[in-house]
Amino acid sequence: MRNSPSANARLINFLGSMNLAISLLVVVAIASIIGTVLQQNQPYTSYQIKFGPFWFDLFKSLDLYDVYSALWFLAILAFLVVSIATCVGRNTPGIIRELRHFRENVQEKSLRAMKHQKEINSTQNANATQALATRILHAQGFKTRQKAAEDHTVVAGMKGSANHWGYWLTHIGMIVIFLGGLMDSRLPIMIAEWQGNLKPETRNIPASEVPAISQLPDTSFSYRGSVDIPEGSRANIIFQPVRDGYLVQHLPFEVEVKEFRVEHYSTGQPKSFESDLIIHDKTLDAPLETTISVNHPLIHKGVAIYQANFGDGGSELKLRLHSLSNRYASQDIDGKVFRDYTLTSSDQQYKLEINDFRLFNINDMEDSSGKIEKKNVGPSVTFKLRDATGQALEYQNYMNPLSIKGQNYYISGVRATPNEPFRYLHIPVDPKGSMERFMRFLSNIQNTELVKQSALQTTRNSMQQTTVVDPTVEVQIVESMQRLTEQFVTKGSEGIMAEIAAKFPQDKQESAAEAFMKVLNAALREVYKETLKQEGMTAEPTEADWLFFDDSLLAIDKLPAYGSPWLVHMDSFKQIEASGLQITRSPGKDVVYFGSLMLTIGVFLLFYVAHRRIWVWIKPLDNNQAEIVVAGSSNRNQPEFERYFQQLQDVFQQVMKQEVKHVDSPTNH
Amino acid sequence: MSTPQQTIDSLIDQPSVFQQLRLSDWLWAALVIAASVWVFFQYGNVMDEYEIGILALTAPSWIALGWYWKAFRPYTIAVALLSLLGIWLYGGNYANAEQVFGLKFLVSSQSAVMWMSALFVLATVTYFAGLFTNNAFTLKTGSAMTWVALVMGFTGLMVRWYESYLIDPEFGHIPVSNLYEVFILFCIITGLLYMFYEGRYKNRSLGGFVLMVISAAVAFLLWYSYTKGAHEIQPLVPALKSYWMKIHVPANFIGYGAFALAAMTSIAYLLKHRGQQRNANGLLATRLPSLEMLDDITYKAIALGFAFFTIATILGAMWAAEAWGGYWSWDPKETWALIVWLNYAAWLHLRFSKGWRGVPMAWWAIVGLFVTLFAFLGVNMFLSGLHSYGEL
Ligand code: HEM
Repeated sequence: MRNSPSANARLINFLGSMNLAISLLVVVAIASIIGTVLQQNQPYTSYQIKFGPFWFDLFKSLDLYDVYSALWFLAILAFLVVSIATCVGRNTPGIIRELRHFRENVQEKSLRAMKHQKEINSTQNANATQALATRILHAQGFKTRQKAAEDHTVVAGMKGSANHWGYWLTHIGMIVIFLGGLMDSRLPIMIAEWQGNLKPETRNIPASEVPAISQLPDTSFSYRGSVDIPEGSRANIIFQPVRDGYLVQHLPFEVEVKEFRVEHYSTGQPKSFESDLIIHDKTLDAPLETTISVNHPLIHKGVAIYQANFGDGGSELKLRLHSLSNRYASQDIDGKVFRDYTLTSSDQQYKLEINDFRLFNINDMEDSSGKIEKKNVGPSVTFKLRDATGQALEYQNYMNPLSIKGQNYYISGVRATPNEPFRYLHIPVDPKGSMERFMRFLSNIQNTELVKQSALQTTRNSMQQTTVVDPTVEVQIVESMQRLTEQFVTKGSEGIMAEIAAKFPQDKQESAAEAFMKVLNAALREVYKETLKQEGMTAEPTEADWLFFDDSLLAIDKLPAYGSPWLVHMDSFKQIEASGLQITRSPGKDVVYFGSLMLTIGVFLLFYVAHRRIWVWIKPLDNNQAEIVVAGSSNRNQPEFERYFQQLQDVFQQVMKQEVKHVDSPTNH
Repeated sequence: MSTPQQTIDSLIDQPSVFQQLRLSDWLWAALVIAASVWVFFQYGNVMDEYEIGILALTAPSWIALGWYWKAFRPYTIAVALLSLLGIWLYGGNYANAEQVFGLKFLVSSQSAVMWMSALFVLATVTYFAGLFTNNAFTLKTGSAMTWVALVMGFTGLMVRWYESYLIDPEFGHIPVSNLYEVFILFCIITGLLYMFYEGRYKNRSLGGFVLMVISAAVAFLLWYSYTKGAHEIQPLVPALKSYWMKIHVPANFIGYGAFALAAMTSIAYLLKHRGQQRNANGLLATRLPSLEMLDDITYKAIALGFAFFTIATILGAMWAAEAWGGYWSWDPKETWALIVWLNYAAWLHLRFSKGWRGVPMAWWAIVGLFVTLFAFLGVNMFLSGLHSYGEL
């Protein structure tokens, strides 16, 4: 025996220690929490905005944006596995000993010192007693071993060895799971990156332009990525996301999406997504045709193809851009989703980026009775309008008018960032079901000549009533009407209010605003009447016409904040969908499942099987009888064992006191 | 007349499990099999092969449960009869929910859940009243109320299952698909686990403690359905249309329920411990079960929860592999399941290998409930990820 253990033994002691194991369990748990609190693998710019440069850099150097692939996290996991393995390795010899040995060499003293033990007198001789004891233990499911010594005999029994197998299965199962996970992990990618052979691409460019250093061959051992394939197209690559970029992974075959379908419930919510696929594989005699859907993947040559989501595959849209200003013209665009278009207004150039087309939009709609209901409000187009400085606003425009509280409107939503909700513009629909009247009215109030005429008309009408005719006053009023109208179109009522706030003292502002609005309203009403006349209406405007007028003013009031020189309306479309496929090759999956099975069986064995031992120590007495000591132990569930032992000792007691003359041989075995 | 030899044989020989069964046990088995066959012929046309497999496995588990735990039989029969009553009253017409008296006030899923909610809260109060007054009858009343609440809750789920098909055959699905439904499931499973231990240990003094956590769940349930209309039956999103859901979710909730039970018995443990230190003749020290028994129940509940949570997590991984193409994505819900699992693994190790007992372990089990709660609810509320079906 050495006094101090060698360094090796100390290391093994440390690695296999329970304290380390528990600490590691807790550390892994805490480390895992970080990754759930901090959203992982977002674009780096959004982290930068959120945390500021200092924390951004610090978190980045700690790999907190991709915790579960971070070296330190993997190292802790590996440490845990090493610890489990050491523990199993260290305990296994002991367990085998435990399973093999019946411990028939116990001392009487130690039996009598046990918590569960009982001394019983047997009316039989020692041999018969031994036979009976053995029978009792066998009947209870124990395996036994006997040992005869000079002055006594021992029957040692045990059962429930499966408990120890449980320990073994549980812990080995975990190692197996970890190894399976390792087979499917990104470790090869991380190593290649580290060696400088691989670099994720961060630009948004077509796959064909991605440089070789960001590509992986179709022979990769494991991968997991996704690709959107438009109907009628094919692909032989997937994109594997890595931190804020991606890698292009080649596939050993080509996937064609023949058709993509969304089935809907009666409420309009999606019921299932399905793709008809054709797999073009040179090693197959004929292309493989099949249909996949959510929860029903295709597995071909160890590569699994899943229906993950869907999106637009470049739908063709006919867009009408209604100019919101008289200084430049309306125009039409034959657009495609994901393409950009250059537009010119009077003062600057814009880029129109079409981002998405949706055939169905299930929105919460208030019906005429005020009840909120989910309703399909029809197709929409989502696009960004980017000005020359690169600033962009995002728009979502619905193709069909929506009915809100009995009135119909064309709806367009606008927002500056994806985090905020859309603010909506409601353009009233005219009796012909179009935007024509609104657009004409909008154009008319920008027509200086027409506004002047109308203002003059209004002023004269009202002056006739008051019979004061003063040309200077008239000119003043007309001029202010013109000015207010122009201000309203360019800056909205807010602009007018701001001017009032600047010009008038606080206590006069309210009355000034009231007067201004009255004047403005009178002018606009006249322009509106003129608009109706241009439409060919001769009769006096109806109440509905005035409602339209009010709605128009509300819409025009919001135009300055709308931020777009055009109102884009989708006149027609041809939908092309793209099927979103997730494609994986994970050779470790079955290993993980096997490990999981071991773990599950192991856990149940550990909890629900107890390893029990019973000893019967038999001492012959002079009167041809015997004295026995029954003792027992269990490694689990003491309360239950206590009850069990009580029953068992009763059995022994009753059997041993029976008077039987000839029991030299154990019967019926 | 029996000879000594025969007596000895009868003393020694152990009857096998099947020999120990009585007529009533066989009747129970026959009943469950008959019911399963009936379900198969009645609803087999809307089941796929996996679901038929699940049915075929449910029957023996149900038989075994009834053999192991006798009270489970009348419970099942009551639920079955009430559910059939509900189905019969509907007569294939969903509008009956508002028109037929028996549905409107008793067994439509909503009314049944209301009954369950009210009874659980009442039973909590009753149990505590019985504990303070040391009145056996009051405690018994608490048990009876809990049983009725459990019957109503389970009936509510069964009838809801049927209702989902009534609204539209395409909507039909097992009611474990959103937070509202799983909260009911949580109440039922936690309650059943408690009733099992109550019967096993012949001790009713823990009822109030365990039902406290159920009452909290009921409060959430009511808030959730009143403010968010969560009780409305919605069709399933495509990702949830899978037989995996039928086994993954219940397995998970056996885990959650058992962990919740363990936390509540740990609270009782701490109170008892404190009571004993302060005043050995005080209310807490005398009325609550012994520390050994509380410790034992806590351990058993955590072991059971751990075993089922292990299965549930593995099933979840298998489902994820089928729906998302990866058995493990470090999605927040998955990760939190792992955290819960690691937490209880550490608990079990401390208890088993280091022999830790008592106050620290009780505290740990209580903290464990909060960790579990976060995995179950917090993730849906605060974190985003693939598991966003049950968002608040
Ligand atoms: C870090 C490495 C680990 C070590 C060194 C370790 C060690 C041990 C040891 C020595 C036992 C006692 C066996 C017995 O009582 O016969 C045990 C039991 C157990 N271990 Fe581990 N273990 C580790 C990790 C884990 C993990 C990660 C789990 C996850 C679930 C786990 C699950 C169990 C279970 C369920 C038991 C049985 C506890 C009980 O009997 O109640 N072990 N472990």
